Amino acid sequence: MKARIPVLAAALLLVASGCSAGSSASVSAGPDTLSVGFSAEPANFDFTRTDGAAIPQALLYNVYEGLVKLDSQGKVVPLLAKSWTISPDRKTYDFQLRPGVKFSNGAPFTAEDVKFSLLRVKTDWTISIKSTMDVVDHVDVVAPDHARVVLSKPSNGWLFSLTSRLGAMFSPTGVADLANKPVGTGPYVVAARKRGDSVVLTANPAYWGRKPAYATVVLKYIKDPTALNNALYSNGIDVISAITAPDSIPQFQADDRFQVVQGTSNSEVTLAMNNARAPLNDVRVRQALTYAIDRKALLDTAWAGRGTLIGSMVPPTDPWYEDLANVHPFDPAKAEALLTEAHATNLNLRLRIPNLPYAVSAAQVVQSQLADVGVRTTIEPLDFPAVWLKQVFTDHDYDLSIIQHVEARDITTFGKPKYYWGYDSKRVQQLLAEADSGTPEQQVADMKQVARQLNTDAAADWLFLFPNVIVAKAKVGGFVQNQVSESFDLTGLAPR
Amino acid sequence: MTARVLRRVAIFVVSVLVASIVVFLFMAVLPGDPAQVALGVNATPELLAKTRAEFGIDRPLVTQYFDWIGGVLHGDFGRSYVTRDAIGPQLLDRLGVTLWLVGAGMVVALVIAVPAGSFAAVKHRKASGASVSGLSQVGVAIPAFLAGIILVQIFAVQLRWLPSGGWTPPDQDAGEFVRGLILPALSLGLVQGAVLTRYVRSAVLDTLGQDYLRTARSKGLRPGQALVRHGLRNASVPVVTVLGLQLATLLIGAVVVERVFVLPGLGSMLLDAVAARDLLTVQGIVLVLVVGVLLINFVVDVLYTVLDPRLRGS
Repeated sequence: MKARIPVLAAALLLVASGCSAGSSASVSAGPDTLSVGFSAEPANFDFTRTDGAAIPQALLYNVYEGLVKLDSQGKVVPLLAKSWTISPDRKTYDFQLRPGVKFSNGAPFTAEDVKFSLLRVKTDWTISIKSTMDVVDHVDVVAPDHARVVLSKPSNGWLFSLTSRLGAMFSPTGVADLANKPVGTGPYVVAARKRGDSVVLTANPAYWGRKPAYATVVLKYIKDPTALNNALYSNGIDVISAITAPDSIPQFQADDRFQVVQGTSNSEVTLAMNNARAPLNDVRVRQALTYAIDRKALLDTAWAGRGTLIGSMVPPTDPWYEDLANVHPFDPAKAEALLTEAHATNLNLRLRIPNLPYAVSAAQVVQSQLADVGVRTTIEPLDFPAVWLKQVFTDHDYDLSIIQHVEARDITTFGKPKYYWGYDSKRVQQLLAEADSGTPEQQVADMKQVARQLNTDAAADWLFLFPNVIVAKAKVGGFVQNQVSESFDLTGLAPR
Repeated sequence: MTARVLRRVAIFVVSVLVASIVVFLFMAVLPGDPAQVALGVNATPELLAKTRAEFGIDRPLVTQYFDWIGGVLHGDFGRSYVTRDAIGPQLLDRLGVTLWLVGAGMVVALVIAVPAGSFAAVKHRKASGASVSGLSQVGVAIPAFLAGIILVQIFAVQLRWLPSGGWTPPDQDAGEFVRGLILPALSLGLVQGAVLTRYVRSAVLDTLGQDYLRTARSKGLRPGQALVRHGLRNASVPVVTVLGLQLATLLIGAVVVERVFVLPGLGSMLLDAVAARDLLTVQGIVLVLVVGVLLINFVVDVLYTVLDPRLRGS
């Protein structure tokens, strides 16, 4: 009878082997194959209908290309457009297109596709950032290699947004099944996907530009930070796209098999304050909290001292960056004085945070430092994203929260009074509008004003800027140090 | 015997139905709006309403339940809110990975437990037997994920003999498949093996004291021979019960081990779906897991009757 149990086990295994067939993706590990580890997996390949950072991270600039792209300094540079001119009223953009570009399904790329892609954002996209395209009035096909975009009003933000997924170029013949079959003009095509495991990109043989150095790139999705590190240690992957366990960095630095590339990101870790509701509708209270928190100490605790103190919603890669980190220096005495002045000495605030590691550890520092100036806080970790999004973000049911704001140039959210900051300043709204419609010089000047005003108003407390830390095998080179775009740009990577 | 099996089938079917209702209601009261999660931070109210209608989550709960369970009975688990893909095929694919893991873990556990438990029982008065028992006590106290982390540190990170995680389907590269399965199966199986060793030991010990074994030994068989020829089948009845319960535990342990070893099984699919509030997918996975556990209990019940003739009459 004891033979029966192995038989049962064997039967289970047999069923299992039948089930897992068909999910295979052939990957030959060779010198022209690169394996990159990410912590967040794309739900599907359709970034026109599915929000989140994981899809553009994998596909933008690699599989899809736009007319323009962001270089590592945060500057808008040509991609599928060779060049462009802007009319004196700043409303008409003439794009000269690169010749000989083909989509991966063989269709040629022309001005018709520019028109199709830009207008399709308004009609078919469902994700919320599409509203940036509302300013497009119409698109003219002047010639196959010349597209003219006319805006209803001047907008600097529009050209910038073309560097994001919003500017990705699609072919009318390639949008039937975006969730599964992306068709772009980029140097790579999607060859295979194993859900819960990996996406395999292979070089596009018909690519118009320089052939990528790695013919095959495997994007491995590993959520657990330790497992991600272990995969690099044990040769499972060659690159960790972004370190999620900062304490492990020194170990990699000490090992000459690996290199650590650290730069900045667009991701401001922000102590959000509910500006719309007492007691935080009083600027003195918000300033007091800002004075009460030692951001250097907080950064050391929450993210192993890696990251940048910025003091505003502006990362160093934006043209209007200024170091505002010390406008409200750590000064508990001043904090207490301001609280007394505002008659807010017996505060009890709800610090409702997402249950993410950086937020939990930052919240504990915030709690203990606020306690030093007599402000009691109750930390309430909320399941992220679902519960946090509903209660804090949508219902504005919070006093304080801590969250990373990852989108590029998201300082503009302070121009929306209905945003969960609850910040309503006519001056800031006007400056943001002027910055968008003015010349690039005016834009820089106005945006600096916005950042300073937000800082003065203590509209939030910008705790620190997340670092962009890539760890890779020493033999891989060509990384973009600062993460400025939505893309994990594979095109420059090469053995060294 | 037929009546007994039929009664078990009826109990199984009713349990599955009740479980499906419980799973469905539990998902319905979970906080968080799937439409909001799917659309992200800047979703407009109009778009939210449209998406809720598209997902069908704006309809009455009863309608939603019957639509869902009706589909499931036809093998249609619906479409995921997040990936917009059919859930059924994805479930089957992930189930395959989990079954390999659980199956391999079970094999490891049995390979450890049957000889070690029998040895500990036969030698229960000797130091060697006591030390096997003691070792199993230590094993019981180690959670599977900790065993996994330790195994990865030794065999993947330090020695670099085996991959630290990842999954290669067997039909793609059998060698890589086996290499990838060794550490996860060991981390599941070692702990389960330790648990099982104790049950095998006490079951064998029980059997050793029975009259028929004394008879067998008086016929001139050595203790080990007597045990193998006459004792193990009897000892297997309580062990099969425990094995059934342990299989359920293994299934749950697999959820954690899959995360440690980055295996694309049901467990990691469940964790991702919960985080993304992909409720329809969560419902599907939980239902499959619940049915799996109920099925194991059902099979154990039927196995009893096969293993122990005394139960057939009742």
